Formats: sequence, C-alpha cells, structure tokens
Amino acid sequence: MRLHEYQAKAVLARHGVRTPQGAVVHKGASIADATAALEGPEWVLKAQIHAGARGKAGGVVRVARDEAASMAGRWLGGRLVTAQTGRRGQPVDAVLVEEPVAAVRELYLACVLDRRLGQWTLLAGAEGGVDIEEAASVIAHPIAPLTGLMPYEGRGLARKLGLRGALITRFAEVAERVVALARACDALLVEINPLMVTADDELVAGDAKIEIDDNALFRQPDLAAARDPLPNDAKDEEARALGLQYIALDGDIGCLVNGAGLAMATMDLIALAGGRPANFLDVGGGTSAQKVAEALALVMSDERVKAVFVNIFGGIVRCDLIAEGLLMAAQRFTRGLPIVVRLVGTRAAEGQALLAASGLAVEAVADLKEAAERAVRRAGAP
Amino acid sequence: MSVLIDKTTRVLCQGFTGRQATFHCEQGLAYGTRIVGGVTPGKGGGTHLGLPVYDTVAEAASALTPDASVIYVPAVAAADAILEAAHAGIPLIVCITEGIPIADMARVKALMPAATRLIGPNCPGIITSGECKIGIMPGSIHTPGVVGIVSRSGTLTYEAVAQTTAVGLGQTTCIGIGGDPVHGLSFRECLRLFEDDPATRAILLVGEIGGEEEEEAAAFIRDHVTKPVAAYIAGTTAPPGRRMGHAGAVIVGARGTAQAKKEALARAGVTVVESPARMGEALARRLRSP
Repeated sequence: MRLHEYQAKAVLARHGVRTPQGAVVHKGASIADATAALEGPEWVLKAQIHAGARGKAGGVVRVARDEAASMAGRWLGGRLVTAQTGRRGQPVDAVLVEEPVAAVRELYLACVLDRRLGQWTLLAGAEGGVDIEEAASVIAHPIAPLTGLMPYEGRGLARKLGLRGALITRFAEVAERVVALARACDALLVEINPLMVTADDELVAGDAKIEIDDNALFRQPDLAAARDPLPNDAKDEEARALGLQYIALDGDIGCLVNGAGLAMATMDLIALAGGRPANFLDVGGGTSAQKVAEALALVMSDERVKAVFVNIFGGIVRCDLIAEGLLMAAQRFTRGLPIVVRLVGTRAAEGQALLAASGLAVEAVADLKEAAERAVRRAGAP
Repeated sequence: MSVLIDKTTRVLCQGFTGRQATFHCEQGLAYGTRIVGGVTPGKGGGTHLGLPVYDTVAEAASALTPDASVIYVPAVAAADAILEAAHAGIPLIVCITEGIPIADMARVKALMPAATRLIGPNCPGIITSGECKIGIMPGSIHTPGVVGIVSRSGTLTYEAVAQTTAVGLGQTTCIGIGGDPVHGLSFRECLRLFEDDPATRAILLVGEIGGEEEEEAAAFIRDHVTKPVAAYIAGTTAPPGRRMGHAGAVIVGARGTAQAKKEALARAGVTVVESPARMGEALARRLRSP
C-alpha cells in the first residue's frame, strides 16, 4: 500500500524527521482554513496522487500566497496526467501546501527491503531530486537485522557523501530514524528524495514516498486506515472486499483465473492471440464455486468487457462445482456476453457437460491456446 | 532418483489439526507420502488421522525423527513455525502459508541455520512423482518421468506439470519456490539439485515478473548446467508498478520485466517459450534434438 506524500511526511515527522511547514487541503474543504497557520509570501502546491513525475507534468508549482487558493481549487476534483499515470491520469483529491525550503544542497536517502538479501538496505546518494534509476552513485548499505543502523554507520555514510561538520551527526540521526521507521511500520520502501540541506545545517524531507507491506497491515491499523483507493479502480476495492485480487487493464476481454501466475499467463496468451485483457483477476489457487460466481459477476459488470475468458486449473477443486457456480452467475446477467471457459482438473468432463447443456452463451474449450484464441475471436465478433 | 524427497521421506505437519492441513494431509497420505505425525500447540498427546500429535516441534522431532516438515499455520504465526522447525533441527521445511509479512521473513532469513532448507512460503510445495507429495498440488496430474520443474507459481506449475505429462516426459521432482519477494530455496539452488540428479534429464523453469532471480538463474545455467532447460516467464503484458497477485510479482521502474528475464535466459542457451501453452512441447522438442 502506497501512502500519499502528505501521509508519508506525517509518518516521517512522527519519527523525528524534519519536514517543511505545510498543510493538506482535501477536496471540498476550505483552503483558507486549512492553510491558516502557514506563513510567507510564497507557497509550494503539490498535487497528491499515487504516481511520480509530477513536477514535469505541472503538479508541483510555486505560487504567490494569494494565488494559492485559486490554483488548488482548480486542481482539486480534476485529474493529473504524468509520465507515470497512464493516459487517463489520476484524480487529485488532496493538495499539499508547503512553505518553500531554501536548500543549499540536495541528497538522496531511502530504506528498501532488499528481496535478494532478505533484509533492509539503506540507499544514500550525494545527489537528490533526480530519478534514482538514473542516478550515478548511490551507496547501498545493508542493515544488520538485529541492531538496525548504528550511529557510526550513519556517520560513515555521511562522510562518503562528502558531508562535514554538524551535518555528519545530523545525517546519521536521520538515517537511523528512517531505518527505525521502516522496521516499525513494515515499510517496503521509505524514500526521501530530495533530502534538503539548509544553510543552517538542517536536513528536511523535500519529498517522501512510503510503501507499506500489504501482508502486514493487520498489525499496522493506523496506516491501514490511511488507504486511499483510486476512484477509477473502484472494482479493485470491490474485489478486495470479496477476497479477490483484481487489477483493471485497458482491454476488452474479461479474465477470471485461479492463481496469480496462471492469471498473468492468461493475459499473455490473450495478447499472443491478438486480443487485450480488460483485467487481471486471481480468485485464488484453491477456489470455490461461490467465489467463482462472485468473480464472474464482478468481471461481467465491467461495461468495456466484450467477452469473458474463464481459465480454471481445478486440481483438487471439483470442476462440476465450479461449472455450477459459473452458471449461477451467468444466468443473472442478460447482456448475453460470450463466455469461454477452460476447466481442467477433477471431474472436468462433467463440468464441461454441465456448461454445454445450459443453453447459455458459454463455450467450454479444453485446450489452453485454443480457448484464448476463441475468447479473442468472440470479443471481436459480437 | 529425485531431489530432496522420495518415498522414504518422513514428513511432519505443523498446524496439523487445522482444516487445510487435515485435507491436504489426507491427500498426501492417499498419495503414499510417509506422514508420521503432526504438531498443534495444546493438542499434544492426542491423535489425528490416526497419527500422533505433539505440542512442540522439538518433542515431535525427537519422537518421530522427521526428514521434513510442512507448515499450514496462519500467516501471523508462520514465521514462528518456520523457526521452530529449523531450531528443532529439521533439515527441510516446506511453508505453504500465504500472506506472511515480509519483515517476518527477513527475520527468518537472518535467524535460520545455514544448513536448513526452506521451500516457500506462499507456494504449492514439493512433489516427487509417484513417491512423496508435500503440499497442496493435485497428485493426479503428476507422472514419474524425466523433467525437473521449478516454479514461482501455483496453478501455473500445475499447467507445466500437466503439459510435461501430456507429451509423455513426466517429472522427477517439482518444486514450487513461492511467490513472495523474500523466500527460501532459490531458482539457482533448485537448478543445482536438478543438474546433480541423474534421473532428471531436462529442466523446466517457470518464472514471472519481479526481482532478479531469473537473471541469476540464467547466469548459473550458463556456467553450471549441462542439461537442456526450457523456460516460460509470466507477465509480459503486466503493467509496471502493480503487484500482480503475488507479493513478489511487481515491476519496479525498469527492473524485473519479463523481457529482461527472457533475454537473459535465452542468452544462457535456455529455450524460452512465449506461450504458456507450449512449455511441455518445447521441452519435448529440445530433448529430441538437443
């Protein structure tokens, strides 16, 4: 789960990392009230979306204080398209308003859970503000699992970044707090980019990204409450409530698959057959008739969908029960959407016979490649 | 021959009396797996499925001398269960549980003895065809044969198994290493096991987007694997930045793409199939004309 910048900065502040003086304005709220405590002649406005590259897309601007209200008002309720959002962009439901910070230098600091090492790693760079993928010299420092980051390690990193004087200890403190935050909050990523150095040797988080491990949300109730689903992914949330994994895509062939790997493979197959999947949907490896029925209803309620491809490797699950679930859901919809079903596993033949006898627009195809090609053809020829 | 497990392997089950464990242990016993007993804290001294139940793994280990333990406990307690088995000296641990916090797995990695082998978590388990089934895979699709299969997925692995059965090759051992970003046995370690197993004549690797394990596997294959290898990588069409069901299946920036993995494997001499419907066929062709 990703936090918005304003949420991430609040978490950083709680863990003792300095952030700019700022206030968040939500859609529908009074901008004057929200920013009453802010000072200075100019403010920085930052559109809060779950994607980067906002600066280049005009989602971060510095304006005179008296222009802030009209600018924020224009953004709120609209959408912002950046290089990372896709064509439709993302809705702006909150704007962060901050007092500008004069930086004499910008650094990069992040703590990531390194999947290969299986432990947290601190990343420190002498150059901030840039895309870290393109940054030349980032120092990776693995964190000892039992101790966290020791102050001397932080000071050593500070020296490698070329810091001097009071900044050495200051940097070590911030690094230690960032590591502690990552461990305490089950964060997969805590990134401060840039970490701004001020003229009086303070370190301030200019921008912040935090991603929390979804598997750990059960023990992070405060962070779980900060979830902000994207309105254009309403189905994601509906699916989540049903215990399904759903991701909306751009195509017109609805997919319903058991198992994440097979679900991705099904998308690949559709693309190979010349079609485009409308979604990724994993109903779980050991699925039930009930779950399949709920999932089918979800996929069929998507108006972009012109055909549905159901791909179930039953294994231990009985395919005749899955077929009953499919028929139950299909009967409730009158759109007459073509549904191509591939059922493999225990009692697959019985399941396919049930589908064939139903009189509904449900086609059972046993071969994987052929089933994908059929679904693509059905989507193209109504 | 096979890798890691065979018909002599003595298997313990943690979370034994739960619904999932009960169902899959019944299936395992029916397959011929030598399940010797189980552990459920508080239920020690009783029996379940006609087998003894213990309160702790240490007690079960000294009474039953298991070679492997399979874990079906819920995500909040799974890391604890893995370490309990590891510190009781069980050499092979198979964790089926899905949804374990990654920080918990980081702790397991830091504290697990180096000699312990962990498979998973978030995996279907391991099976040696016709001999021993530890996990949740359907036994009926497996046929004794010559292909070693290693995969990050569940049902996609079953697809690979069914295809190698359909083309008449069958399998030696099939290992699901799991879909989590921090996990036990790696592709590389499994490739080493299959390369050293005389009964395995060919290897099928089923990868997916995210991480760099397929790239590491490619380097290992180039330098150390003499047997023919075919591979499929799921997620060519997956959008970047989204976790595709598995916690580990995510493209971050330009890293972890299916394209990069396929290219690395192809450069190492692996037969890479674009279609998941052609895994068995590709391996069969490769074996006919190496």
